[in-house]
Amino acid sequence: MFTKPFHYNLLYLLLLVAALLLPFYVPDAYIFQIVIMSFLFAIATSSMNLIIGFAGQASLAHGAFFGIGAYGVAIMTKAGLSFWLALPLAALISAGIGAVIGIPSLRTRGHYFAIVTLCFGVILWIVAGNWIQLTGGHNGIFGIPLPSSIPIPFLGEIDFYSQTAQYYLALTFLLLTLFVLHRLIYSMFGLTFMAMRNNEPLADAVGIDPFTTKLMAFVIANFIAGMAGGIYASIIGAVSPSAASHLMTFNFLIYVILGGIATLSGSVIGAFAIPIIMELLQFLGDYRMLIFGALLVVVIIYFPQGFVGGLRQLNQKVVAWRQPKQTEGANVSR
Amino acid sequence: MFLVKSLTKHFDGIIAVQDVTFTINQGEILAIIGPNGAGKSTVFNLMTGTITPTSGMVFMEKVRISGLPPNKVAVKGIARTFQTTSLFDQLRVIDNLLIGYKYRTRIGFWNTLLHTPAWKRYQTEAFMRAMEMLEFLGLADKAEYFIPALSQEEQKRLAIGIAMVSKPRILLLDEPTGGLIQEETDRITRLIERIRDQGTTVCIIEHKMQMIMGLADRIVVLNYGKKIAEGTPDEIKSNQAVIEAYLGGEVHV
Ligand SMILES: Nc1ncnc2c1ncn2[C@@H]1O[C@H](COP(=O)(O)OP(=O)(O)O)[C@@H](O)[C@H]1O
Ligand SMILES: [Mg+2]
Repeated sequence: MFTKPFHYNLLYLLLLVAALLLPFYVPDAYIFQIVIMSFLFAIATSSMNLIIGFAGQASLAHGAFFGIGAYGVAIMTKAGLSFWLALPLAALISAGIGAVIGIPSLRTRGHYFAIVTLCFGVILWIVAGNWIQLTGGHNGIFGIPLPSSIPIPFLGEIDFYSQTAQYYLALTFLLLTLFVLHRLIYSMFGLTFMAMRNNEPLADAVGIDPFTTKLMAFVIANFIAGMAGGIYASIIGAVSPSAASHLMTFNFLIYVILGGIATLSGSVIGAFAIPIIMELLQFLGDYRMLIFGALLVVVIIYFPQGFVGGLRQLNQKVVAWRQPKQTEGANVSR
Repeated sequence: MFLVKSLTKHFDGIIAVQDVTFTINQGEILAIIGPNGAGKSTVFNLMTGTITPTSGMVFMEKVRISGLPPNKVAVKGIARTFQTTSLFDQLRVIDNLLIGYKYRTRIGFWNTLLHTPAWKRYQTEAFMRAMEMLEFLGLADKAEYFIPALSQEEQKRLAIGIAMVSKPRILLLDEPTGGLIQEETDRITRLIERIRDQGTTVCIIEHKMQMIMGLADRIVVLNYGKKIAEGTPDEIKSNQAVIEAYLGGEVHV
């Protein structure tokens, strides 16, 4: 009942193969780094889409939760903890702080939640810039160790010194995230998020607790955002307050909106395509922001479902154009 | 089975419901009638936790349910529809029914993530029940449709289906035939009779006198937020207070 048509599966398979082989055809280390970052941002964006797109709650602190994960891993690994322990811990801290923010603010309907999360994002950014003992202030934290090597019995170990290894690490976590989100969203569990977004009084009347449902989406989203931030800190080797800033949030938000809100693939496409488009438009200097702004306005007005939604519209038009007679017949039967 | 006791609701300035008491008996169809603005929908909202009473209480099988939020009332087996047809219009027909059944399952985060046997069982159970309900509603061929593709009557049927899919003990219907023509009204009426015949207690708000006189076992009449009469359709038809207040001195039955 939640299955996708065959040609989609084929497309996804091709994309997967292309992703797995990318280190063999990527032109240079600079682009490679952008791709790795795009994967991490795609993880964060997909999870933002869960709370904003699927659950319909405007969380404007996603960058902050990404940052909590990044600082968490930075502080814990510098204190000697293994990355593989620090990462889930940092993600849990991110989820936990999310719960603390969500419990009071998700009880109400309307814009209150958006305002609270926006404020939290700004406050966290200020704290990150000023709590020098913990966060290193505006300079941030340097020399964060790479993920520690994973021993494989009899075969040696996987280390993360090379860009290729870091790439596969990011890809693995992206695939894991998409797998988890796919399971959650395309099930009756995910249906409750969409039902609540669509018609909260009705969802409430059929026994779905709106508060718990929203809180669950928020906590899951923040866990994943924290995880993405943690990997980011470890691969880059440094964090500064900008990793936790509201600019980060707005980047994610733009990826969600342009890629396609409430579509799983949209977030990945948005997080992947936009940084690359930005790179290609580098020669325009600051004027590219102008183009970007115009693009955003056009998308919001004409393609409110973003790139993926636009493709779907196109697909429906093609289908309708190919079988006009049948649809007419269907209308008469009413 | 269901007891509404001295229910009163003030909205700043106006008294929408004043000291209303009635019971709903197991297996019957109880109708609540009254002119527009009489407070009928407000009584429903009070019974289901959508709004909290200024005073008074609501009991289901001697358990107090007033003060609980709607979702806690729903899981006690009390289902409702809304006066303006309320559906999940971004979802497909089948999804609407699955959501209606959700609270009866234990499909939570871990079960869904791990695809446990319990998850599979509940998912199948919900799906079977939803299909059964589609059959019952006469919408079996529209499972995959999106809501805007349904006619007004089909939407009203689906709204009843969302409430019924979880097999509630009592169903509250707020003007289920509002805006429908005679022919469609008759079909909905038959649907409600079938629901009653299956053993679900029904409480219905209606405007259409002819329909309600044929359908209801008992009738409660509200006017300006107060109960002015209660009885069988025949008693209501000949009740002087009802004739004066509600029907303007004229009974067209
Ligand atoms: N949420 C509300 N806030 C203020 N007044 C309300 C509200 N809901 C209903 N009312 C008022 O209460 C009275 C009864 O309304 P309602 O129960 O909808 O009547 P009915 O369903 O019998 O037509 C009306 O005067 C209406 O304006
Ligand atoms: Mg009403």
